[in-house]
Amino acid sequence: MARYILRRIVYMVITLFIIASVTFFLMKMLPGSPLKAEDKLTEEQKQLVLESYGLNDPVPVQYVRYLGNLLKGDLGISYNFDNTPVSDILIDRLGPSMQLGLYAVLVGTFFGIILGLIAAIFHNGFWDYTSTIIAVLGTSIPSFVFAGLLQYIFAVELGWFPVALWGEPKHMILPIIALAIGPMATAARFVRTEMIEVKGSNYIITAKAKGLSNLERVWKHGFRNALIPLVTVMGPMMINLMTGSMVIEKIFAIPGIGEQFVTSVVVNDYPTIMGTTLIYAFGFILILLVIDLLYGLIDPRIRVTGGGK
Amino acid sequence: MSKLLEVKDLQISFNTYGGEVQAVRGVSFDLNKGETLAIVGESGSGKSVTTSAIMGLLPKSNTQIKNGEILYKGKDILKFSEKEMQKIRGKEISMVFQDPMSSLNPTMKVGNQIAEGLIKHRGLSKAEAKEKAIELLRKVGIPKPELRVKQYPHQFSGGMRQRVVIAIALACNPEIIIADEPTTALDVTIQAQILELMKEMQKDTGCSIIFITHDLGVVANVADRVAVMYAGKIVEVGTVDDIFYNPKHPYTWGLLGSMPTLDDNESEELYTIPGTPPDLTNPPKGDAFAPRNKYALEIDTMYEPPMFKVSDTHYAATWLLHENAPKVELPDAIKKRIDSFLTKQQGGNKQ
Repeated sequence: MARYILRRIVYMVITLFIIASVTFFLMKMLPGSPLKAEDKLTEEQKQLVLESYGLNDPVPVQYVRYLGNLLKGDLGISYNFDNTPVSDILIDRLGPSMQLGLYAVLVGTFFGIILGLIAAIFHNGFWDYTSTIIAVLGTSIPSFVFAGLLQYIFAVELGWFPVALWGEPKHMILPIIALAIGPMATAARFVRTEMIEVKGSNYIITAKAKGLSNLERVWKHGFRNALIPLVTVMGPMMINLMTGSMVIEKIFAIPGIGEQFVTSVVVNDYPTIMGTTLIYAFGFILILLVIDLLYGLIDPRIRVTGGGK
Repeated sequence: MSKLLEVKDLQISFNTYGGEVQAVRGVSFDLNKGETLAIVGESGSGKSVTTSAIMGLLPKSNTQIKNGEILYKGKDILKFSEKEMQKIRGKEISMVFQDPMSSLNPTMKVGNQIAEGLIKHRGLSKAEAKEKAIELLRKVGIPKPELRVKQYPHQFSGGMRQRVVIAIALACNPEIIIADEPTTALDVTIQAQILELMKEMQKDTGCSIIFITHDLGVVANVADRVAVMYAGKIVEVGTVDDIFYNPKHPYTWGLLGSMPTLDDNESEELYTIPGTPPDLTNPPKGDAFAPRNKYALEIDTMYEPPMFKVSDTHYAATWLLHENAPKVELPDAIKKRIDSFLTKQQGGNKQ
């Protein structure tokens, strides 16, 4: 198990290195420079600034210097945000985004699983159709529509929660709900389909022949087997939410990383773009690792060597 | 011997898009304490449906039990509620399934799968149930049971898994074990081991076994009595000796005649019953086997034959047994084949 994780970490470093290199060269191929026309600098001043950032050096030199700094853990200094170190910006911005994404996934999957289970237990009954309708609505309506609705109903009309901003727990509730509806719908659909399939399998009949009740069969024998495909979709979903909640961050004026990423790309803030990309990539790979480990936890057949005892 | 289970005139239909399928059309049989009854017949003859009905495992949504009683210790379990059936299943009547590869939960430790029934029916604590699970695994011949209880089904071979399934069935000392083709999915050598194990377990616990199979070799090996099913009916029932030495129904002749034996040479073609079983959405008038039966009489196309008594233990549903019927004897070719099969079988048993 430890060896497996170690090997994965080595791969992770290699992957990050490749991503860092590719992003670096892609970025250099982008037209434009960090200096905007409206900065109204003379040619001399421009050269001075570029020189001070080391942007006049040949690209390979810049690349080697960048990698060197990266190894030291130095992500560089932002060109845009008052020369703040990129790592500081990321740490500031990452917190809200991750919190939001994580809570949304947890809340969404939790209720999604419950919804899916109810649908499967009462297959083709009233509750099944109700939960299917909820699931279809959840998948087909984008989260920003919900966000607007939630803001209008619960913040403007009822006044229970603040409309926007970030900081206190009460600020988090509406964006979390808006973001959680997507994963909830996905989870409900997966759990329902899988559970219905599992309910018809031979080992459930064995369980019935043992004298177990319907609820015991679903809970003790069906549930865990029905979760396996859900884990597969959970990973990408989680990454999407933790990184791609840009619109929701904008709507609720949350100082998250998504919003800041877009700004950096617009102004060619190279170090910040690089830093954010690396953080995204790192999160992505980390979640993939967690998911692979989760698989083994749920399904003993795909447990990595030495993991099962 | 006392009757443990009596099935009386059971009729079961399934509603399908193609119409009503009459899967079981009036089946009656008894099961005595401690005996092994084999139910034989080709696919679709209603063997599994009959036994699933005993366990109450048929899907409620499309199954109609149109008529009949299943008396277990004198009580009609067809009238039992789901709650009451849960107390019968696993505790009084348990089941060994056909495919050991899929009948165990892949994500649950084998020990827990055995212990489950014990906790539910016998009220054992987790620790006690685990002890018992180890004991059961040892009993069904799984080496190192202390280690094996903690493993998952994928760590077992097919034969070993079937032993686990048998351990689950045995867990609560049931009165009846229904074995639905328990050896069909296994290698021949493993088949023999599993049959041996089941016989041993029966000797040990004194339970009754209903053995569903289409393998007559298995029947000769394990059964006390045999019921031959065709198109949702029992066409002949008797002791193993009755069925193998004095078969009366032409369908039984066909079954016995189509058994391959080791003496078969290439010049001789293996006998097969011509035609296919009837469509049970629309069962034929008269004897369902008549269209495939070269000894069929005219009356076969009009009236269904009743069960004729051959001896106290032996009954068969064929008009050939009627006193006015022409005398038709068991064809010699089939007789020879049965004889050679039985000598092989006995020889095999002695080894």
